[in-house]
Amino acid sequence: MTLLSLLPTLILIVALFAVTMLVALYSTFAERKVAAFLQDRVGPNRAGPGGIFQPLADGVKFFMKEEVIPVASNKFLFVLGPCIAIMCALMTGIVVPWGDTLTLFGASIPLQIVDLDIGILYVFAVVSVGVYGIMIGGWASNNKFSLMGAIRASSQIISYEISMGLSIVALLLVTGTMSLHEIVTQQHGMHWNIFYQPLGFLLFLICAFAETNRTPFDLPECETELVGGYHTEYSSMKLGFYLFSEYINMFISGAIMATLFFGGYNFPFMDNLLQATGSQNLVTIIGTAFLFLKIFFFIFFFMWVRWTIPRFRYDQLMNLGWKGLIPLGIFNVVATAVGLLFFRN
Amino acid sequence: MQALSNRKKVLEQKKMTLVERLYLPAIFQGMGITLRHFFRRKATVHYPEQKRSVPAVFRGLHVLRKDENGAERCTACGLCAVACPAEAITMEGGERKAGEEHLYREEKYAVKYEINMLRCIFCGFCEDACPKEAIFLETTFAPASYDRNDFIYGKDRLVEGFKRHELVSPITTLKEAQEANK
Repeated sequence: MTLLSLLPTLILIVALFAVTMLVALYSTFAERKVAAFLQDRVGPNRAGPGGIFQPLADGVKFFMKEEVIPVASNKFLFVLGPCIAIMCALMTGIVVPWGDTLTLFGASIPLQIVDLDIGILYVFAVVSVGVYGIMIGGWASNNKFSLMGAIRASSQIISYEISMGLSIVALLLVTGTMSLHEIVTQQHGMHWNIFYQPLGFLLFLICAFAETNRTPFDLPECETELVGGYHTEYSSMKLGFYLFSEYINMFISGAIMATLFFGGYNFPFMDNLLQATGSQNLVTIIGTAFLFLKIFFFIFFFMWVRWTIPRFRYDQLMNLGWKGLIPLGIFNVVATAVGLLFFRN
Repeated sequence: MQALSNRKKVLEQKKMTLVERLYLPAIFQGMGITLRHFFRRKATVHYPEQKRSVPAVFRGLHVLRKDENGAERCTACGLCAVACPAEAITMEGGERKAGEEHLYREEKYAVKYEINMLRCIFCGFCEDACPKEAIFLETTFAPASYDRNDFIYGKDRLVEGFKRHELVSPITTLKEAQEANK
């Protein structure tokens, strides 16, 4: 493979990195604005017009803060924790199909960095490694609150990954493939998986909240009980990395949900538009815009839920996971299998 | 046993119905409520640009009034300082000299009159205590400052005629304040 043929991929990687960072940066701003609006306030509005430079101000503040590494901590692991968290968060995006193919200079470029056959499994694998960032950071802090947060994070993610996996199993029964690109292609023409797997989507959504450590499942960083949870001892940009990886995870899980259940970059009247204009590039760009619209809706939804529902108690969380979601997930798999057996064709 | 008050409540612990146990309807209801608040008019007052309107009896910063001829009414009797529960007021009296009749209404006047705005609790007792109708509380707020000494208001900032809208701290930044304290 020559270097030139790698160029589109490299550009895509850089673009994905930039977009992910930008979205995460502005998610922090959106979070504060949404929180304010839901509470009849106006939110940050002093930095720049309408406060749009607030994330930059926050970022600069993070960099300027004193960097504290506790004496009793394991320094190597203490630094490694946030690195793993943010690295894993950034890695998941590469299998997501961000759009159809673009034709530029005679070459057709698919807007997806790699189309892995095991796409969805790759996402799961990387997300599961991401929890090590939290665990290592919480343990290395040598602080009981951090350790509690880390333990909670790991047990919560293990519990919810099962039901998330079950909801995916049911989805895979319908699609018959694990490649995210093919899953999106199958949903072309409003055959969105949400219509075939409503229960599966609900399970996936609830588990996504738990996987991203968002309220009502934000027990790992539960301020009321654990000071700051796993990042109690963290300061400066290392804390920033943890918070940032949460927002990146939110963005990615929005993308995964849009891809798996809401048709990815497909939008209504796609074929009509292609016939009317004859320009595949235009349709691709509009499709990508639609995908981002779906993702932004999910990000808003995450925030909307956060500022509505109080945090679960720990036993309630485990009850819901093991006694509620897993049986439902198994039921969903069986029901889907039976449905497919009798009603396909 | 008879209840001692009518505030006693019987705790009901009936079993939740299936719909209640699902939680989801309640969650959607809650999200509906928050969404309605999303579009509601915001309660925020954008402070430096907008100011809350306060009633005329609002107890803000003090002013030392002058009479109709422009002479200061205060005679430094000290009743305001006695009435002050926060002990925020200090003053020094002096005797009026010949030719100063247009400045001071009576033979005795306040040479120095200071209110420490950090001590003051804005209760308005000084206003009630004053026999000469000299001190009043107005509707202006005390402005913020980086320097504590800045909050001790002397006669220059208390006597009527001082332009209240120019009442900003002469020291505006933290750096300037630190330099001024050196």
